[in-house]
This record gives sequence, C-alpha cells and structure tokens, in this order.
Amino acid sequence: MPKIFSSKSKQLETEIDSYLDRVNTAGLLFLEGIKAYIEGKTEYFEKKYIEISDIESEADEKRREIKQKLYTYMLIPESRGDVLGLLENIDDIVDICEKVLEQFSIETPEIPEFLKSDFLKLAELSSKSVEELVKGTQVFFRQVNMVSNYVNKVHFYEHEADDVEEQLKRKVFASAEIEKFSHKVHMRYFTEKIAAVSDVAESVCERLSVYAIKRRI
Amino acid sequence: MLTVLFFLSSGLFLGWSLGANDAANIFGTAVSTKMIKFRTAAIICSIFVIIGAVVSGAGASHTLGKLGEVNELAGAFIVALAAALTVLWMTKAGLPVSTSQAIVGAIIGWNFFSGTATSISSLSKIVGTWVFSPILSALFAFLLFHLIKKLIESSNIHLLRLDSYTRIGLLIVGAFGSYSLGANNIGNVMGVFINASPFQDISVAGIFTFTSVQQLFLLGGIAIGIGVISYSKKVMQTVGSGIFKLSPVTALVVVLASSLTLFLFASQSLHDFLTSNHLPAFPLVPVSSSQAVVGSVMGISIAKGGRNLNFKKLGQISLGWVVTPIASAILTYIALFFMQNVFLQNVYH
Repeated sequence: MPKIFSSKSKQLETEIDSYLDRVNTAGLLFLEGIKAYIEGKTEYFEKKYIEISDIESEADEKRREIKQKLYTYMLIPESRGDVLGLLENIDDIVDICEKVLEQFSIETPEIPEFLKSDFLKLAELSSKSVEELVKGTQVFFRQVNMVSNYVNKVHFYEHEADDVEEQLKRKVFASAEIEKFSHKVHMRYFTEKIAAVSDVAESVCERLSVYAIKRRI
Repeated sequence: MLTVLFFLSSGLFLGWSLGANDAANIFGTAVSTKMIKFRTAAIICSIFVIIGAVVSGAGASHTLGKLGEVNELAGAFIVALAAALTVLWMTKAGLPVSTSQAIVGAIIGWNFFSGTATSISSLSKIVGTWVFSPILSALFAFLLFHLIKKLIESSNIHLLRLDSYTRIGLLIVGAFGSYSLGANNIGNVMGVFINASPFQDISVAGIFTFTSVQQLFLLGGIAIGIGVISYSKKVMQTVGSGIFKLSPVTALVVVLASSLTLFLFASQSLHDFLTSNHLPAFPLVPVSSSQAVVGSVMGISIAKGGRNLNFKKLGQISLGWVVTPIASAILTYIALFFMQNVFLQNVYH
C-alpha cells in the first residue's frame, strides 16, 4: 500500500527549497567576495571564501539527501530523473562560484584600477544570472508556466556578461598600462572564470526550460 | 455439480481473460509509471470488480438477456467459449477488443442456431451504445482535462505534493473504475448463464437475500479477480508504456472519464433515479472498457489541440464493432453445431 506521502513530500519540499536557498546564497557570496577582493578588503574576502566553502559542502550534503529520499520513497517516478539532473547541474554553479574565490585567494591577481569596475560589473551579471536561475527552478516546482520568464532573464544576463567579458579582454590586451604579457593572460583567465558562472547558469537554464515543457500536462 | 462447473468454466475463462486484459485499462499507466505497485493495484482492482459485479451487475446483464435468452447450460457454455476465443484471437491480432462485442455476437449466433428471433430494438440499443460510449468518454476526458489543468495551474501546487495527490487520486479512481468495470462487464461473463443458473437464492439471517444471480456474479467476479492477479501485470506493462504514453495526471483523467462512462451504462440506481424524474436515462448496456479508454485518450488529444490524434486506432475501434460480433457469431454457430451433433448435448430448448 503506498503510504500517504504528504508528510514525506512536504519534508522533501522544504529540503529542495533549502538547497536552492544555499545555491542562491553561494551566488551572493561569490559577488560579495569579488567585491571585497577588488576593494582590497582582504580579511573580509577570506571570510566570504570560507563561507562559500561551507555552503558548498552543505549543498552537496543536501543534494545527496534529496536524491536518496526521492529514490527510497519512490517519489515522482515520472520526473525524478529530470529533477535530480537539474539539481546536480545547479550544483556545478556552486562549485564554480567556490572555485573562483579559491583562485582569487591562491593566486591573488593584481587587478589594475581601470579594470575594477568592469570586473565588478561582470561579477554582478554572473551573480544575477544565478539568482534568476534559482527563482526559475523554484517556480518550476510550483508554477511551471512561469519558468520561461526566468529563463529569459538568465539568457539576458548571460548575454550581457558575454559582452562585458569581451570588452574586458579587449581592454586588457590593448592596454599599455599592463606591461607584462603574463599579467594580461592572468587577467583574461579571471575574466573567463567569472563569466563561466553565467555560462553554466545558462546551460542549466536550457535544461530547465526543456523539463518545464515536459512537465506541462 | 461437476457438470455445472464444467459448463460454467467457459464463462469463468472469459472472466479470467477480461480480468487479465481490462484491469490494464484502469491501472495500466499507474502501474507502468510506478505510481502504484502492481500488488496494490491488483488487490484493489479484484475487490472492487467483485463488489461492482455483485452489487450492480444486474442492469447491463438484463439487456443482454433480452437480446437472447440462452436457456440450456451447454448452449451457454458454447456462447461464452466462442466469445472468449474471439477475444483471445482479436487480442493476439492487437485490436482493442471488447468482451461485450464478442458476447453479443455469440448470443446472436445462438439465436440463429436455435431459431430464436433477435430483438432488433435490443440490438440497436446495444450497438448504438457501443458507438456512443467512446464519444462520451472523449467528452468527459476533454472536460476533466481542462478542469484539472486549470485546478493545477491555479493552485501553484508543488510538484511533490501533486505527485502524492495524484497517487491517491489514481487509487480512488482505480477503485471506482474497477467497480464500474465489474458492474458493467459481469453480464458479458455470466449473463448467458442466468437462465440456466444452477444456484438457489440464499437468505442471509433474514436480512437480505443473496440471489442465485448474485452468486453467479460473485463467481464470475472472482474469475475476473484471478485474471487480474495472475496475468494483468504483463498487459499493464505493455499497455501503460506502449500504445498510449500518458503522464500520471493524464492517466488519472483517462481512467476517471472511462470509469464514468462504464458507470453510467451500468448503474441501476442512476437509471431508476433519472427515469423516475422523467429524464432520459442511459441504457444499461455492457460496453468496452478498452474502447472507452481509447475515447478518453482521444478526448485528451483534442483538448491538447488535436495533435497526435490516432486515426488508425479510431478505425480499429469501428472495425471492432463489426468484425468482433460477426466472428463471434459464426464461431458460436459452428461450435453449437458440434456440441449438438457430435457431443449430443441440448444447446437450446
């Protein structure tokens, strides 16, 4: 006899929500961390880096719990694969956010003054794309028809981030202020790392919109 | 008693094959999508088929009785056997076959053989209902689909909670569907034996009478139940994942729409209520659950904008209305001839 799952599904609903909250927090910490780094607040930056590492392991743990529960309670057999795939892909975003701050912490790139605002802008756009993706995912569970609104926003922020990324790289390589080639390559590396967050958000978004179409009755 | 059981065996075989095939119409998608375990589905299905058969099976059987009163046990044996073989053969051919159509053909075959006139009014009532039932199912499915879609969209219900409500819904609707199936289709299985019933009415503690017909239907219901438990798993896995790919929510709509159709054509109390209020009542006629399901799926296709409308399937249904009864009638006629002239049994009087 299948049990009346409402208590279990309620519990799992809460867990999925809290998982997504962590992803959202990771996106915000990523922005705060980069901001702190650019503004030279090293101590505050390191604090954000530790925080994001904690969030990353918490999110991993939560995701494993959700996976286990979905399978042991035989919940949503039809969309179980999609939901797990989605959550796993979202997890990549948290990983990248953490990795970027880790690289900042290890490599301590020297960001010239004239590039700071561009780096900040790029980080903001990436963080925004994560935020909209999380909203889209939350909506996927409750109001599947609304998903496309958020998908569009993610596309928009990713596109903007692409533009800023390109401008930034052009500035770096055209600049006489950055003398060493290795420094230019270092700047390009960090530009690409920060922009990668929005790229991954976009590719998760593509999946999300397909799952949303599948879920419509 | 042994003779009686022997002659009833063809009806029980027909019941078994009905259970094996038609349970999948009710629980097929729920089981194949793993929303409900097969065990749960089989138990619920068997119980409610039996309840439906015993409580509400008389109405639709009565209509069959009017078509032709098979009055010898050996004749009834052949009628049910021919119907069962026709169903088996048509199932092998992959057609959405109906025991209702097979038994009607078989009864007409008996009428021809025994020289009994076939009641044209009963026959046209029955055939009209066959054509009408998938259309009615489609209409129900169309309306229910829009209703449920609106309900889900406006309630902002979480995927997980929707999932658990759908499971509960599939169980309840499945129980209702099984009840309706038992009520509507028991006549196909046991109807031909009514006039030759070997049972006596039993009075239970003076409170109610367990009529001979109900005893017959209980036996038939059990045969259907055994069919469900022993063989329907395989059919469910092919039906659920093969012909119609349905999501659990659409499966709920399909089963509810088809069950309502079966119920309307089987419920004596609804019939009495409508006639007593001078309203047009649904004729009590055994219809095909498979065809009701096909109708419901079509209704959903139309509700979704007419994509994936399977015209081939529609063609097969109409073919079934003609081919099944004719094949069954011919088979009955031939088998009755052998029963009478080779085995020297009275097949009518």
